[in-house]
Amino acid sequence: MELYEMTAHELRGKFERRELSSAEVTAAVMKRAADIEPLVRAYVTIAHDEADSAAAEADRALAPGKSAPPLAGIPIAVKDNMCTKGMRTTCSSKILANFVPPYDATVVTRLRGQMAVITGKTNLDEFAMGSSTENSGIHKTFNPWDLERVPGGSSGGSAAAVAAGMAIMATGSDTGGSIRQPASFCGVVGLKPTYGLVSRYGLVAFASSLDQIGPITRDVEDAALLLNAMAGHDPLDTTSAKIMPPDYTTFINRSVKGMRIGLPAEYFGDGQEPEVRAAIDKSVRKLEELGAEPVEVELHHSPYAVAAYYLCATAEASSNLARYDGAQYGMRAEADNVIDMCSRTRARGFGAEVKRRIMLGTYALSAGYYDAYYVKALKARTLIKRDFDRAFEKCDVIASPTSPTAAFKVGEKTDNPLEMYLSDIFTIPVNLAGICAISIPCGFTLQNLPIGLQLIAPAFEEGRLFTISHAFEQATEWHKKRPSVMPSS
Amino acid sequence: MPRYEPVIGFEVHVELCTNTKIFCGCSTRFGAPPNTQVCPVCLGMPGVLPVVNRKAVEFAIRTAIALNCGITKYTTFDRKNYYYPDLPKNYQISQNYASLGTSGWVDIDVNGTVKRVRINNVHLEEDAGKLLHPEIPGANYSLVDLNRAGTPLVEIVSEPDLGTADEALAYMNTLKNLLEYIEVSDCKMQEGRLRFEVNISLRESGAAKLGTKVEIKNLNSMKTALKCIGHETRRQTALLERGEKVFQETRLWDEAASVTRAMRSKEVAHDYRYFPDPDLVEIHITDEWQEQVRAHLPELPDAKRQRFIAEYDLPEYDARLLTASKTVATYYERAAAAHNNPKAISNWMMTEVLRELRERDIEPDDFPLKPEGLAAIVEMIDDARISGKIAKDVFAKAAQSGRDPGEIVNAEGLLQVTDTGEIEKWVDEAIAENPDMVAKVKAGQTKTFQALVGQIMKKSRGKANPALVNELLKSRIP
Repeated sequence: MELYEMTAHELRGKFERRELSSAEVTAAVMKRAADIEPLVRAYVTIAHDEADSAAAEADRALAPGKSAPPLAGIPIAVKDNMCTKGMRTTCSSKILANFVPPYDATVVTRLRGQMAVITGKTNLDEFAMGSSTENSGIHKTFNPWDLERVPGGSSGGSAAAVAAGMAIMATGSDTGGSIRQPASFCGVVGLKPTYGLVSRYGLVAFASSLDQIGPITRDVEDAALLLNAMAGHDPLDTTSAKIMPPDYTTFINRSVKGMRIGLPAEYFGDGQEPEVRAAIDKSVRKLEELGAEPVEVELHHSPYAVAAYYLCATAEASSNLARYDGAQYGMRAEADNVIDMCSRTRARGFGAEVKRRIMLGTYALSAGYYDAYYVKALKARTLIKRDFDRAFEKCDVIASPTSPTAAFKVGEKTDNPLEMYLSDIFTIPVNLAGICAISIPCGFTLQNLPIGLQLIAPAFEEGRLFTISHAFEQATEWHKKRPSVMPSS
Repeated sequence: MPRYEPVIGFEVHVELCTNTKIFCGCSTRFGAPPNTQVCPVCLGMPGVLPVVNRKAVEFAIRTAIALNCGITKYTTFDRKNYYYPDLPKNYQISQNYASLGTSGWVDIDVNGTVKRVRINNVHLEEDAGKLLHPEIPGANYSLVDLNRAGTPLVEIVSEPDLGTADEALAYMNTLKNLLEYIEVSDCKMQEGRLRFEVNISLRESGAAKLGTKVEIKNLNSMKTALKCIGHETRRQTALLERGEKVFQETRLWDEAASVTRAMRSKEVAHDYRYFPDPDLVEIHITDEWQEQVRAHLPELPDAKRQRFIAEYDLPEYDARLLTASKTVATYYERAAAAHNNPKAISNWMMTEVLRELRERDIEPDDFPLKPEGLAAIVEMIDDARISGKIAKDVFAKAAQSGRDPGEIVNAEGLLQVTDTGEIEKWVDEAIAENPDMVAKVKAGQTKTFQALVGQIMKKSRGKANPALVNELLKSRIP
């Protein structure tokens, strides 16, 4: 096995046994990234120098007799919507193409505190708005399993990097499925934590009431390790929960016997590819074999989720993105007066999808429409949350496909935003309800494209997700498959 | 009776005197070099989040209590969306759906008549920065100073309960006084810490139905606000008398021309698209917290007036005048503490000190003569070390220079002469020089006796003790 294909917990063991140094692993990962970046295009910025010096520092901390933090020396890619002090943070938007933050996001601070090696900044749909990373204002990213296909989005760069060995693990952010759907498309593990578990400070806001940062990794144990590093209250984010998170690695290697798996009828209807359906059914049977009990649950209001989401999220986005006006930082289009400067900057700096959502959100908040759209969407959101509360009275976790399809072809859905929006139909309700969910590899299509199983748990019950997905992972081989991207010589 | 009468309401912005800004740790100090009191949060950089300053919330609770408002148990912040270069996020964090205080009132004294003005709401928000327009011919740019961005503001929104300029002035003065009393703001208008926006509509005199409302911004002093009310009333009256309509709009006060002007349509945000700020959680104002703030509320004007009457044995009139402003009341209390003659000090305050402050348009804090100095003057009179007349001169000198009154008296030899030998000499001289007057006094003309005393005082250059002069003169002219 190549060094860049290993997991963090495997590397950790080798670091401790002095079989490997962070410098060696980092060099291997950075070389892999450089080699196949022209094909995958996972990164906006590759930080060779910073990675090298961080690895050297980690190796000093990993010296005998010292107790290094769990992620010391592990090469981790950071999604380019999380601020990194002194390192360009673009949100994959032209409007921020030259923005270098003078501060770190709290998550980045915590990774640095763990002496992780930041490999660079990964590509995303501009301002995390999209499901294919095709909306990046910098460049597109390609799926390592089939370079003609999309990696999913918006954390497509992170998922592709982890899948292809361009990083050991990565951070993602998930507003409506942006961690889970690309994890599913790229055959890796992606977890969207409960709203408030991970600080949003320094995460460039798309929709503040829905955004959450989470891990994208090669297996479940790595996801627990990375979540351990990220989770916990942050005084800089008043929406972050005032709780002491448990050690999530203690939830793996536990039995799932008697665990009740909720199967919502609404999630197993039409609109999903037969191959996806078959893989999910098979996965549920696998969980049954392991001792879990399937139960039927109802999520009556889930048909309204996508509509409610595209009102809430765009309303918040229309305000969150107002600050990009060319006055203080980022791109500026010159003009004779300040009003033209602002409107020209925004006209040139934002891509089509971002503009579409700003307009949608502005409309939803406008006088005369506010109650009919925004307030109504909030009510739908409450009903969706209640559906989950009731369902979790009958079950411990809910299972569903992560996405109705496997990775689609580049350009396949770009002309039809509505169809693109529907690729998040199973992930969006989780964000609206503020609860947690994980996507894990659970099969492949005939075309050798990964399929993801989504498991959903109540707020702050990430532990359940780790227990069940780790048990599933131990009983299957899906997570061990790696795409074979060969550098063009 | 004029055909139309104005209906006036106020929106008053008060910069709170917290040490740090409302959503970050930057200083709120006035007058620092541009853009030196800023951080990623108040600059509105990507990804930053606001954290509420608890002190600012407490000051707002204090204000709401002082204005007799109901306190909202779960108060929330909303975003007010509009584009302007002095607003880094292009939205202002304010309160719209659950303002901290609602449905209050304040009593104002309009030339002796008490009138109750209803307060619609009291809410918290962040201030914007400042635009600086270079005064260089041909300059095609403006500069932004964001030091002020994020300074906590309380906005006090009144109902349109005011009908005259006098009432408007009384309202503004009462508010300013109250805000100083509760120590939430220093209210320095020249530093923009207290800013007024007026809304005016006209209605047929005596009618109940309100006319179309016009809002006017950019009023930086009470004087300006009054000028604006006068102008706007005349403007709207002229429109109505010509049979034209008043447009509902926001206008700006043009100080140079003393007129209001319509804002350019592009400068007006027609729809602020308020919605709850998802970055901030609701604030629970518990009963305990409210009670705690109430318990630590500084003394309010009414209570202070009652105390002045009881503690210093002052007439109601004196107490009302001395407590009309917190700074004057504080000045008085310091003086009264330094010398025990509260009524005499009150007299000096009401005549000399308040006149000086008015003429120079300054606050007691900026008055060169400190309260202890005033007390020293009164004490010297009471101890018969100087006469009332000399005291006036000493006051005038100390009020100009800030010199210590005792030092002035010593340096200029103004100490009252109580040495009978010296006074006898002046008395004898005066008798010798004015035989006619002496004759008249002997004939029983008391007026002439006083004139003769005046002659003696003149000889002493005002320093002779008047009582001794009287006594000695009486003994010389039997």
